[in-house]
Amino acid sequence: MINVDSLTKTYGRFTALQDVSFTARPGRVTGFLGPNGAGKSTTMRVMVGLTPATSGSVTVAGRRFADLPNPGLEVGVLLDASAQHAGRTGREVLTIAVATMGLPRKRVEEMLSLVGLTPTEADRRVRDYSLGMRQRLGIATALAGDPDLLILDEPANGLDPAGIRWMRDLLRGFADRGGTVLLSSHLLGEIEVIADDIVVIGNGRIVAQGTKADLLAAAGTLVRCRDLAGLQHALAAAEVDFTPTPDAPDALRVDADPEVVGELACNYGLALAELRSADSAGLEAMFLELTADTQREGVAA
Amino acid sequence: MSTLAITDAPVAATRHKQPPAPIPFRRILGVELRKMFDTRAGLWLMASIVILAVTATTAVILFAPDDALTYGSFASAIGIPMAVILPVIAILSVSSEWSQRTTLTTFTLVPSRSRSISAKAVLTVALGIVSMLVAMLIGAVGTVVGSAIAGVDRVWDAGPGVLSTIVLAQILGMLTGFMLGVLFRNTPAAVVGYFVYALVLPGIFVTLASVNTWFADNRGWLDVGYAQGALFEGGLSSQQWAQVLVTGIIWLVLPMAIGLRALLRSEIK
Repeated sequence: MINVDSLTKTYGRFTALQDVSFTARPGRVTGFLGPNGAGKSTTMRVMVGLTPATSGSVTVAGRRFADLPNPGLEVGVLLDASAQHAGRTGREVLTIAVATMGLPRKRVEEMLSLVGLTPTEADRRVRDYSLGMRQRLGIATALAGDPDLLILDEPANGLDPAGIRWMRDLLRGFADRGGTVLLSSHLLGEIEVIADDIVVIGNGRIVAQGTKADLLAAAGTLVRCRDLAGLQHALAAAEVDFTPTPDAPDALRVDADPEVVGELACNYGLALAELRSADSAGLEAMFLELTADTQREGVAA
Repeated sequence: MSTLAITDAPVAATRHKQPPAPIPFRRILGVELRKMFDTRAGLWLMASIVILAVTATTAVILFAPDDALTYGSFASAIGIPMAVILPVIAILSVSSEWSQRTTLTTFTLVPSRSRSISAKAVLTVALGIVSMLVAMLIGAVGTVVGSAIAGVDRVWDAGPGVLSTIVLAQILGMLTGFMLGVLFRNTPAAVVGYFVYALVLPGIFVTLASVNTWFADNRGWLDVGYAQGALFEGGLSSQQWAQVLVTGIIWLVLPMAIGLRALLRSEIK
């Protein structure tokens, strides 16, 4: 369990985090989603005590991270896979971590094989590693202490599709055995396929949070119809909210279940070209909308 | 990445574990010691202590006149490269963590930054003592070999007194390097800082002393290099010891305190 309570962080007059609160629960993968510079990494650094908060607090497993006697055995942390000494071999990086935690040396080989780094790769220096290999090494370090919680900042960066699939299954298994996983990403698709709960941050504030199912349900229905004006008239008459979507000129995103929209269309004699739950399209629209203020590029709405 | 096999990871297999025992300080010492040697750069720096001591000794045998083949000559010849290499090792033990960004891992595995830094400080001093013992041993071998080659008597003109103040001077130099590492937390800046300490400041002080009689009279209380220079000669008066102490507080303890305070509170990125 990770509990973030009214976290605020200011740098002079710039507010990086404002009143950020959320909880990552055991047995669930919590996705921490937001565009670049939204405050994901800052929040994670505050969690593990690397950045002092201006106000607010974070507890992991019920305590402040700094009060954990041997944090590596309770919380696995990967903040930046590139932050490794370029002159050490992958095996040496793991050996140092394992030695710090006081674990037997054989744990190094176990972790290397778990993350799929071959003995030859493990003997290469980190400067010669691809980003994907560094991520695997970082995951190995985070998992070495057999922790109950994982805090991972953009762990899928640099992984190939097979690697992303591997990571997803690894984290799913970890959560299914009762572990707590918090992982951040700026890519909705990445979070969507793995997270049970989603926390969306934009401009240093939490803009949405809930279970993936709830957030998807809130995303509404996508409907396409050749007679768009007729459909709009029908929806307006039934007092159902709708918005145009940027995806297709003849499509609408409707704040209602597909069943409701289907019945309505039937009553008005409208032939539908497509009718489905908006799912990711809706979530993406919501993500862009919620974080519109912080986007570097203007959002065409 | 040959395999993408999804193994059933030995991860989080047991819930409700016993709370782990705190990390003992000696384990942190062991890990930090390992980190000094486990890169090519680190290994070569350590090796360079021996290489430079041997080189300096050889140079004395080859180039010094026969009557200068005394232990004192070897000791001061070895002291010069040591005074450069040891502070650099001390700087890197701190600053490389920041330059390589390994602090992200170090301080998440050991959240108490003061424990990691203390371990580094203890190892720096220990390494200084060991290096100087090795250097003295090499100097002694040089004295025996050099006098035998030249066919002159062995002269042991550097006793335990001056040798121990030389070791103290070298350790103060290392702690100065350590302080600069703590203060700047950046390798190039700290190395430049060290050369300002070792080369630029003495020049400024010499100039000051030549133009200002008050400063010339009180130089020992302000000029750290001047005060510590007495340690290489040995036989310090109580006033000279007081000057080593006072300049140490001004040029080492105070900036160290400022640096440590900043290091413990700073944001690790």
